[in-house]
Amino acid sequence: MDEFRQAPAIALELLITLEPELLAIIGLSLTVSLAATLLAALIGLPLGAAVAVYRFPGRSVIAALLNAMMGLPPVVVGLGVYLMLSRAGPLGELGLLFTPEAMVIAQCLLITPLIAALTRQTIADLDRSYREQLQVLNTSQPVMVTTLLRDAWLSLTTAVLAGFGRAVAEVGAVIIVGGNIKGVTRVMTTTIALETSKGNLALAMALGLVLLAIAISINLLAGMLQQAAIRRHA
Amino acid sequence: MKKSTAAALAASRILASAIALSASMLHADETGFIIVASTTSTQNSGLFDHLLPEFQAATGIEARVVALGTGAALAYGERCDADVVMVHAPALEREFVENGYGLERIALMHNDFVIVGPRNDPAGIRGADSAAGAIAAVGSKRAPFVSRGDRSGTHTKELALWRESGLDPTRGAGAWYVESGSGMGQSLNMARAMDAYILVDRGTWLSFGNRGGLQLLVEGDPALFNPYSVIAIDPEHCPNVRLEQAQAFIDWLVSETGQEAIGRFRVAGQPLFIPHHQQRRAVE
Repeated sequence: MDEFRQAPAIALELLITLEPELLAIIGLSLTVSLAATLLAALIGLPLGAAVAVYRFPGRSVIAALLNAMMGLPPVVVGLGVYLMLSRAGPLGELGLLFTPEAMVIAQCLLITPLIAALTRQTIADLDRSYREQLQVLNTSQPVMVTTLLRDAWLSLTTAVLAGFGRAVAEVGAVIIVGGNIKGVTRVMTTTIALETSKGNLALAMALGLVLLAIAISINLLAGMLQQAAIRRHA
Repeated sequence: MKKSTAAALAASRILASAIALSASMLHADETGFIIVASTTSTQNSGLFDHLLPEFQAATGIEARVVALGTGAALAYGERCDADVVMVHAPALEREFVENGYGLERIALMHNDFVIVGPRNDPAGIRGADSAAGAIAAVGSKRAPFVSRGDRSGTHTKELALWRESGLDPTRGAGAWYVESGSGMGQSLNMARAMDAYILVDRGTWLSFGNRGGLQLLVEGDPALFNPYSVIAIDPEHCPNVRLEQAQAFIDWLVSETGQEAIGRFRVAGQPLFIPHHQQRRAVE
């Protein structure tokens, strides 16, 4: 239990001294996960909304599939991306394996279903209450998608934040496609895994607290932006 | 409408800068890096942190290390995802070269395996001369034993010791014989938590920070010899391989400078790896 007592002090020390190496690791974590979240939102939001609004055969199957893929194990996604990007794989020519780009791709694939599924549910609920009105106005489906997306943006922010949270917290995918190379693809979670395997449990736990602090800051920031936007609308 | 255009503009700007940033991270050192697939024992001990800056200063080549078990490192090499492998399982290495994946096994350095276990030593193996005998005692007492179970160099050695002992530990699988399927460090963490015996390379053991009640019990049997080799991937098998830089890496490691740098690396005052390129070249 010593580790629990030591970890907060070590975490504080890490945050105060903020050595260049740790700073670079935090920076890479944020860059990779934010890029992945942005790409996933660009795909997942319209995709989820479209599945909610459009009526087509197999729609409920796709909805179920999106929901199921929310629980996809990161290590499976990592393995799939590895096999694609490996020199022996179909996209090996790109030379992307063991780069931050590969990590962005893996995290994007991991969280797109999550963002799409949450969006689909939100928009479907909204669609139920608005559909008649919008149909009276003779609104086309593409316009309905954008209208509903804009109307639901507050709930959708939470969906995107959930995506970011899953991305920044996962280790299984990035350690396979990134390789945890020092100074190149080492992020917070892979550093924590590495320190755990070195038996430096207190340091590993402290790094976990630092990661938690970063996640809390980002969510606070998002909350503040939401509030500001609401006030402006009002 | 205006607001959404502004938001879209902002979003695209963030996206563009994110892409630019990650692109700059990728292309910063495009000049000449190689991927070295190696083992957790060399990575976790800090050996690469010690060697790579010196190598880069001498040659300008950046070596990026991906740490795996020996089996996985060789598999990455076979799939052309590495330019060099640095591993420690002679039998698997020979097979790798014979199959045409690697050019040549080059003797680099060694340390040794040790058997560690709980202080109260229920199997009574402390100070045993024979590693296989000690392992046999653990097996016949059905004392907890953690196996890597991951086709790593250490796992390969452990299985060889069991074969020599004449016992089949998999009969105790799930009971006293626990296959962790994890790296050396994770397995040591498990052994510590379970008060179990475990085979570990001396380098990882010396640099491991969570020993708890575990103690070194058996060492010194010649059967515990743990040699490391480097192998460049064969360009005929993998046309993408950066052979020139990979060869420069190997040449530096076996040069007097490189061998001396390996010998100088210490954790808590103890050398972890003993360079032996000159001596072993004649043997192998």
